[in-house]
Amino acid sequence: MEEVKATMAGNVWKIVVKEGEQVEEDQDIVILESMKMEIPIAAEEDGTVKELKVTEGDFVNEGDVIAIIES
Amino acid sequence: MSYIDDLEQRIAKIEEGGSEKYHQKNEAKGKLFVRKRLELMFDNGMDIEDAFFANCIDGSLPSDGVVTGIGKVNGQDVAVMANDSTVKAGSWGKRTVEKILRILETAEKLEIPMIYLVDSAGARITDQIEMFPGRRGAGRIFHNQIKLSGRVPQVCLLFGPSAAGGAYIPAFCDIVIMVEGNASMYLGSPRMAEKVIGEKVSLEEMGGAKMHASVSGVGDVLVKTEEAAIDYTRNYLNYFPASFREKPKTIQAKEAKSFEKSITDLIPENDNAPFNMHDLIQQIIDEDSFCEVKKKFAKELITGLARIDGRPVGIIANQPKMKGGVLFPDSADKAAKFIQLCDAFNIPLLFLADIPGFMIGTKVEQAGIIRHGAKMLAAMSEATVPKISVVVRKAYGAGLYAMAGPAFEPDCCIALPTAKIAVMGPEAAVNAVYANKIAELSEDERAAFIKEKQEEYKENIDIYRLASELVIDAVVNPDKLREELSRRFTIYEAKHVTFTERKHGVYPV
Repeated sequence: MEEVKATMAGNVWKIVVKEGEQVEEDQDIVILESMKMEIPIAAEEDGTVKELKVTEGDFVNEGDVIAIIES
Repeated sequence: MSYIDDLEQRIAKIEEGGSEKYHQKNEAKGKLFVRKRLELMFDNGMDIEDAFFANCIDGSLPSDGVVTGIGKVNGQDVAVMANDSTVKAGSWGKRTVEKILRILETAEKLEIPMIYLVDSAGARITDQIEMFPGRRGAGRIFHNQIKLSGRVPQVCLLFGPSAAGGAYIPAFCDIVIMVEGNASMYLGSPRMAEKVIGEKVSLEEMGGAKMHASVSGVGDVLVKTEEAAIDYTRNYLNYFPASFREKPKTIQAKEAKSFEKSITDLIPENDNAPFNMHDLIQQIIDEDSFCEVKKKFAKELITGLARIDGRPVGIIANQPKMKGGVLFPDSADKAAKFIQLCDAFNIPLLFLADIPGFMIGTKVEQAGIIRHGAKMLAAMSEATVPKISVVVRKAYGAGLYAMAGPAFEPDCCIALPTAKIAVMGPEAAVNAVYANKIAELSEDERAAFIKEKQEEYKENIDIYRLASELVIDAVVNPDKLREELSRRFTIYEAKHVTFTERKHGVYPV
């Protein structure tokens, strides 16, 4: 099981996967908006999206869990 | 028995290292015997070895657990100290320390690179009075290392533990290469941590190679095997001169790797969209010449050695694909050390800027982003090697300064036609300047107003306007950037300047 965490503080701009979806390593899970930049947050391993912990528009701090991936 | 036979028997015995049991234990962990490591490191083995007979009267401590000597790497003499972990786990006694001190002093006298092959449990507590506190005690190793720093390249290959005080050997090296699974660094072992502070933690988590290469930044390069660590070192040293007195060697030039996409195609039109800076780097350097440093640490900034037309350069590049290329305390720290490394050994610097600025917010302020950023600026500013900054897409705020902006005496500041230079980007600027006005407008009017003001702002910071004002020295076609850099680095090679006269600056660390 992998916790996908925000690499930096920002707003959740787009969620690009759905719960239950199969994802691969390096596949984007959400895109944050921070410092006026799009910040893709990717899975670090292959697996299934078990849970999304955020909704679009949420503020996340560095290290906050965004999603849980089950391998 | 003749004295010759006696000598040969003694040599053969010492060359075997510690007892068979420890050899087997190391082999099971994928660890090579110290003499095998040295054979792989040097072009033709060690040319000379000193104090081979250290502690030979004892009989159980061959060479007192460390091999010291000189051999050739890529044809260059290099001094080495290598722990033998088959001898009392590579621990340090009085003679071990003295041997290490002497080889460091030899490297200083000869002005040749120093390599450390570390695999040691630390001090022999039973010998502490002889090897710990005195003038020629272990502390002197670090004193000598600090003195050597910047005079000759110092490389540490970590094959096993580097414990307690021993952990400072890697800390004073220019670069630390760690073998995953076997290498570790810590001041207090997990057992000690549990006893003294009550923390329960695994060795891997607290001091493992992966942790140090990706979290603490004490490690620079993570490799899977000892052979890979040695290969990395031999390649790395190719970019360096033997000492600060010389320039690094230019070798046969190679073409850049060819790609389907040109640099122009790579850079997204949308200013805020990520792209992979590695793809751009590959198009301006000689094929297969990139030797990345701290690849796994603070990935929003790329640092590495490379060649342009055979000439070594140190590259510092923002990575828009990671954290938007924003600078953080760790990335500023990473940049500061890399810049110092290159400047110390006369390796020219290339800055590739695509940066929204330094990170803001509570988290980074508490982490001291201002002093870490200041450290990067100081290192960049003091670097007197040829220094070129290229603004790829944007250089906003202090990001422009940190990436060798015009005020910091780069030999030139080049902009690609896609570049924007400003205190902040159009969105942020319009929000800041017209916040009240925007709040007063109705929903329908708002978007049009913002767009109009952003367009005005973009015109105001237009790159040709900055070129017209001599802020930048050249606007270059991205697909001709490599040739431009090659010509400029060749010409700037004649640069010879001193930063300023003083004892030393007071570093913002």
